[in-house]
Amino acid sequence: MSDITQSGPVLAADGKPLKHSLNRALRRQKMRAMALILPLLAFVLLTFIVPIGQMLFRSVQNDIVQNTLPQTVIAIQDWDATSGEAPDEAAFAALAADFKIAVENKTHTRVGSRLNYETPGISSLFRKAGRKAKRWDLETDGPFKEQFLDIDEDWGDPAIWRTIQKFSPPVTSGYFLNAADMQLGDDGVEFRPENQQIYITLFKRTLFMSLVIMGACILLGYPVAWLLANLPSAKANVLLILVLLPFWTSLLVRTSAWKVMLQQQGVINDTLVWLGLVADESRLVMINNQFGTIVAMTHILLPFMILPMYSVMQTIPPSYLRAAKSLGATNWTAFWRVYFPQSVPGIGAGSILVFILAIGYYITPELVGGTKGVFISNRIAFHISSSLNWGLAAALGTILLVAVLILYWAYDKIVGIDNVKLG
Amino acid sequence: MAASNSNDAFVEFERVQKSYDGETLVVKDLNLTMPKGEFLTMLGPSGSGKTTCLMMLAGFETATHGDIRLGGISINNIPPHKRGIGMVFQNYALFPHMTIAENLSFPLEVRKLGKSEREEKVKRALDMVEMGAFGGRRPAQLSGGQQQRVALARALVFEPELVLMDEPLGALDKQLREKMQFEITHLAHNLGITVVYVTHDQTEALTMSDRVAVFNDGVIQQLAPPDQLYESPDNSFVAQFIGENNTLEGQVKEIANGIAVVQLDDGELIDCKPVNVDKPGERTRVSIRPERVEYNKDRLSDGAHTLKAEVLEFIYMGDIFRTRLRVAGNDEFIIKTRNAPDQVRLQPGQQIEIGWLPEDCRALDA
Repeated sequence: MSDITQSGPVLAADGKPLKHSLNRALRRQKMRAMALILPLLAFVLLTFIVPIGQMLFRSVQNDIVQNTLPQTVIAIQDWDATSGEAPDEAAFAALAADFKIAVENKTHTRVGSRLNYETPGISSLFRKAGRKAKRWDLETDGPFKEQFLDIDEDWGDPAIWRTIQKFSPPVTSGYFLNAADMQLGDDGVEFRPENQQIYITLFKRTLFMSLVIMGACILLGYPVAWLLANLPSAKANVLLILVLLPFWTSLLVRTSAWKVMLQQQGVINDTLVWLGLVADESRLVMINNQFGTIVAMTHILLPFMILPMYSVMQTIPPSYLRAAKSLGATNWTAFWRVYFPQSVPGIGAGSILVFILAIGYYITPELVGGTKGVFISNRIAFHISSSLNWGLAAALGTILLVAVLILYWAYDKIVGIDNVKLG
Repeated sequence: MAASNSNDAFVEFERVQKSYDGETLVVKDLNLTMPKGEFLTMLGPSGSGKTTCLMMLAGFETATHGDIRLGGISINNIPPHKRGIGMVFQNYALFPHMTIAENLSFPLEVRKLGKSEREEKVKRALDMVEMGAFGGRRPAQLSGGQQQRVALARALVFEPELVLMDEPLGALDKQLREKMQFEITHLAHNLGITVVYVTHDQTEALTMSDRVAVFNDGVIQQLAPPDQLYESPDNSFVAQFIGENNTLEGQVKEIANGIAVVQLDDGELIDCKPVNVDKPGERTRVSIRPERVEYNKDRLSDGAHTLKAEVLEFIYMGDIFRTRLRVAGNDEFIIKTRNAPDQVRLQPGQQIEIGWLPEDCRALDA
């Protein structure tokens, strides 16, 4: 027995501090545990953390201008963008020298496309100039200002040079401004013209529709989860299989099935026309719009709502409801005051799951969303695979990620994240 | 106790039957009458129909046939929340998302009582079970015994005249259970409430109740005060189920003057009290309580029948000695003797003679 009244740290039998001994005893255990999770850690790092980091980086990365046109960037450093005139011969000579190298490396078109995102038309200017610049002799063919103006008069437009100057630093906020329907105008940050604004609308629509889908899933899923938790187990199992059935069917098949159901010549419209509820010439438009996306996505995401609700409801003993009734509560009061509050963690878990899945959903809106029912993710996919503006795609993705994190944080503040249970 | 006064019946079961599947009866033709203020325990093995009876009374199960009356009014068609019956559940069923005070306030809120009245009643109910300081806590922060008290207070706070308890002490450890047994009985008697208590623990039933209804196979086997139940069981099920019991099998030789002579299967004769045997030749099961068996010859009355027995095992249990004997071919014959200074401690292998008073030995159905 050690002396209870001693004041210093508790000592082990060999006189060393007890904490030290404990740590040593646990170290082996910890090392073994670490070794077990190491493969997973490496996998997550390589396939999740690194790509996200890359995406975050790409959304601000802009070293292409500096790398491809190094002399030009230096030459127009001191050019006054507000002068209303193109820079002098020195800048054009530097540009010609840069072009000479860039054309050999075939990188001038890439800078062209990059700058074209900011000022449309630059891409073709660069391509045309590239063709000529190949044959120039830097010693004898000057002055290059005239040469460039010969190729296209637009080279004299200060707007082109402003763009090159503005995007010469290696880091840019251009993608993010673009993703928020804004641009770096002559007087700083400004909104794009109305007819070019699309992303804010898309973000709003994505949020709104995800919330609608989440709400629909709660309303449809709650009674099903209740039944699952309260039916005798034989019946509950059959019902559970029906709930899980969609998981065993390809997502594409399910979405295509909704196409068959909802289109104007589809099953629902045919039935309604046959019943005489809808005239043949005014068939309902239920697909390639928001309605179609909401219906199909609610169906697809419903199991993600039902399962967490079910597993939480399963843990609520039926005796609570009986107790409430024996205390004098009507069926409704017993449900609302006693059962429902205990099922909230399930609703919370299901809602977070469905909402986060919905906000980044891609395939279903692509197939049944038309133009009015597409999500921001469809736009991101477009920039990744068609317009090849990866920087913008990364910026949009980053905004989406941040939005989800903010909502998660807000949920934690309002409901409390420890109030979420998956079972 | 007003136990057998059936004129002012408060709770009545009349020819009640219950079936879940339409093929077998879980409760068969139940008749039961309880006066106001009685503490009645339904005792029986699991599946005997006792909990079903309680649930029918509470309104969570409907009787397939028959009438259940409360204060003279048939309650068959009254939903549970309008019956005004307090109930304590097996696992307390305290609402985990509410504090203790909110739990107690709940039945008062649904009865639309004013705030000050609610607070006063909650406080009084909590003080009654000595839990006054715990109103702000959550059920999960209380120990099992404390939760039990709160559950009791919640069932009593709206002042019901009838309180049902479904194995409320089952989850407590032995010491706490014994303490709560007394507290519940005292509380029930002080408040004058009528209690129907369900348990499968016979000690609990004997110590707490005014009357005990022993259930088996959907039928009340015996309904009697604890002492009667223990000392004069009506049939061999009750004898076996209540307390420890020795049985010897045999055949009735003759019945005369309230004494039945039974020939045991090894040929020996003993005197018994006939309970549900009525003619010679019948098979019977003779029941003797272990503590009524005597092996000290001096204490046996003259002319008492004795049987030869061999001591197989002697167990010292502190307050009593428990000795296992072989009697008439039965290796499980137990006798219990008080640990008194003059008591003989038997040795295994010893041959002794045992005996008993004829009225302690009951000839029951085989």
